[in-house]
Parts: sequence; structure tokens; C-alpha cells
Amino acid sequence: MKVLIPSPLHSYTGGPRVEAEGESVAALLADLDRRYPGIRFRMVDEQDRIRRHMRVFVNGEQVLDLRHALERGDEVVIVQALSGG
Amino acid sequence: MVLLVATRKGAWLFHTDSARRSFRLDGPHFLGHIFNHIVLDPRDRRTLLAAAKTGHLGPTIFRSTDRGKTWKEAARPPAFARAADGKGRSVDHTFWLTPGHVSQPGVWFAGTSPQGLFRSEDGGSSWAPFSPINEDAQYREWMGTVQDGTPDGPKLHSIIIDPRDPNRMLFGMSGGGVHESTDGGASFAPLIDGLEVVEGFDRANATFHDPHCVRISPSNPNRLYQQNHCGIYRLDRPAREWVRIGRSMPKRVGDVGFPLVVHPRDADTAWVLPMDGGTVWPRTSPDGKPAVFVTRNAGASWQRQDAGLPEQHAWWTVKRQAMCADAGDPLGLYFGTTSGELWMSADEGRKWKCIARHLPEIYAVEAGELA
Repeated sequence: MKVLIPSPLHSYTGGPRVEAEGESVAALLADLDRRYPGIRFRMVDEQDRIRRHMRVFVNGEQVLDLRHALERGDEVVIVQALSGG
Repeated sequence: MVLLVATRKGAWLFHTDSARRSFRLDGPHFLGHIFNHIVLDPRDRRTLLAAAKTGHLGPTIFRSTDRGKTWKEAARPPAFARAADGKGRSVDHTFWLTPGHVSQPGVWFAGTSPQGLFRSEDGGSSWAPFSPINEDAQYREWMGTVQDGTPDGPKLHSIIIDPRDPNRMLFGMSGGGVHESTDGGASFAPLIDGLEVVEGFDRANATFHDPHCVRISPSNPNRLYQQNHCGIYRLDRPAREWVRIGRSMPKRVGDVGFPLVVHPRDADTAWVLPMDGGTVWPRTSPDGKPAVFVTRNAGASWQRQDAGLPEQHAWWTVKRQAMCADAGDPLGLYFGTTSGELWMSADEGRKWKCIARHLPEIYAVEAGELA
């Protein structure tokens, strides 16, 4: 499925739009990490909590639980929160 | 020789030769990343480790094995063990990096915020929690909570390996005190006797101790110096009681600050850079007049060294990792300021000159001899 990547992570992916697979957000992030090693830890901490300034949207709805199920054709958007200065 | 300058907005390398007259600027590296520490491996003199994060992304370690020409991210950055209930701690940033003993090539240690101690055996690519302290109930109590730490998070810092013996290690925690191991990190014990704490707190409890910077004397590793939240101290092991040598500092300046540098060849000589720790802790140079102070008699007396530094209206200070010495003779001293200036002295502090301005806030400065 299509995944939109925020600019701070383009150093891993090479650009904003990538393909990844998974039956849940957790599986999708694991697949992203296989394709782009190191990217997951920048977004999710060692306790499997989405980091404070990162957000995941599936089909336009924010997802807070990594166990959220995904279906073929879902659009996943990862963004960094607008914060800081 | 290279100066490794870690800032709030990226990393810069300043190359020079043994004369130290001019510097070649290399950077920024990773513009926009927050770097807390960049260290050259003195065992191979070509590997650099850099502790980084950004305002939004999680922490990582960047490695260079070609003296800073190219960088690669660590395969497994420092991270706490995963807790079954999901309530475990997570590393906000790696704050401190220390190469292991010369007899253990590839070994590195890292201190994090919140307080954690980590070890790598592969030159800084893969990290694992080290020693029982990260999860030890007593140590967790001494570490306190995020609210007990420094403004941008409690830190484990000042990781020291005795150059004579890899089994002797020390570290400091802000807050949480100074701790020593004589069994290679299998166990640690507090080393806080004689240190003062903020009035009203129990000095016997490590929780209330805030060592800002602990240094070992390379020429006499039994001797430790410390810049603490509550003064400047010296300890000559095997004695256990720290002596407040900051009492001989000028009263108007006081003995509060963050950085401390020990002469690599003279254990009686050390430098500090005091700051204003009065009222609400402005963390600026006292009266806006920055000065380095040197002792050449192990703290019995101190002399002001401010030739070349601004005479007034300079409201910056220097963080705990942002002052260092090279190995030259005479010794070169360097510090980076919170206002983004890089200063040096080629004559052990007698005269100072600014070698860079307009950098971001400087968090750390380390000197190293590249291969």
C-alpha cells in the first residue's frame, strides 16, 4: 500500500512516497524498517509508543494503536506534528 | 588535530595542524540535528561517534570510520529493555559517549537521558543496556523522575574508564550522584561523601546529588575533580571524602558552573568556567564578564584567565561537555558557548581568541588527533 513519508525521514526513503505491506500499522512499520533500516526507531520508541511528535493517519483518520488493522488499498500518511521552533 | 563541535542545529569539524594558528571549517554535518556529543576514538584515530536526534525524530548514533568524510547510522542505537506492560522508559537522547579501555578496541559506552548506561562492542553500531543499574530498584530511586532532572531531561554523563584498569569505571547522574565500579560495571556504588546538596535535602541520599561534570586526572587516575551543582571538588582515591576546593574561588564569582578540564600531564592543574548560579540560576557568565579560572595546586588557589575574552556584556556560558584540552605542549584549551562562539587558547589559558562565531548553541567540544 501507499505510504506518505514526512520530510525528516526522506534521508531513509529517498522521497515522500513509498510502498510497504502489513496487516497492521505495527507490521507496516516493521516492513518499512526492513526496506529502510533504522526508520522505525525514529518514529516509535523501544516501548512501542509512537513518539511524541509523530502522527500516523490511515485513510485520513489518526491511529494511536499500532495494532490497528490495515487492508489492501489503505492510504497511510505519517506526519510530524507541527510543534517547536 | 580536529575539534568536534556538537550544536543544537548540527555538527561542525574544525581542522588544524600542530601550530594551531588557523582552522579549516568542515560542516555543517546533519544540519538541523541536535548533537549532544561527538567523540573521536583515540584507539584508531579515525572512527567518530556522534549522538544525535531532531526535534521530532527519535535518537540515534551516527558513525564515521573515515574521519568524518562519510557517516552511517548505528544499526541498533541505545534503547532500554522493553517492558512487558509497555510502561518502561524510552531513551530521549544519548547525551554522553566514552571510548572503552585501550585494551578493548571497539568497546564504547553511552549515557542517556533519562539516565541509562549502554555499551557497544562493535565500534558503536549495536548498543545494549550495560550493568544492572538501568533496571536496579535502588538506582531507579536515585535517578528520580523526569521532574528531578535538568531542564531538558535527567542525564547520565561523565562516563570514565580508568586508563590503568578497565574494571574501574565511574559515572555521574544529574541528578543521582557519582558512582564507581571496580568490577567492570557488574556493580556500582555511590561516591558522594563530602559533597554538599541544596539546603534542606539529605546529603546521604544520592537522589539529591547533582554532579555537573566529573573528570579523572590522566597523569594520576587516583585523582578525580568534579564541578558540582554545589561547588568544585577534588577526591584522591582511595579516600572517599570529596574536598570542596571551590571555597578558594573569589567569592564574587563563586564556584558554580558546568565544565571542568584537567591537564593531561599535570594532575595539580585544572580549569573551570564559572557561571551565575544565584537567584533563579541565570546560567550566564557572572556579571556578564566571562572568565576561565585555573588552579595549579590541586585547588588550593585559583587564578582568573580572561585575557582576550569580552570585558563586559557577554551573557553566555559554557555547557559541561563544551570545554576541552588538546594534547599539545603548551596545552591548547577550547570552549564553545551557548551563543555559538568557539574560543581557544594556545598557551594554557593565558590568552584567548575567538575562532568561530554565529554557530548554533554549542553543546559539546572535543579535541582529537586524527590518523
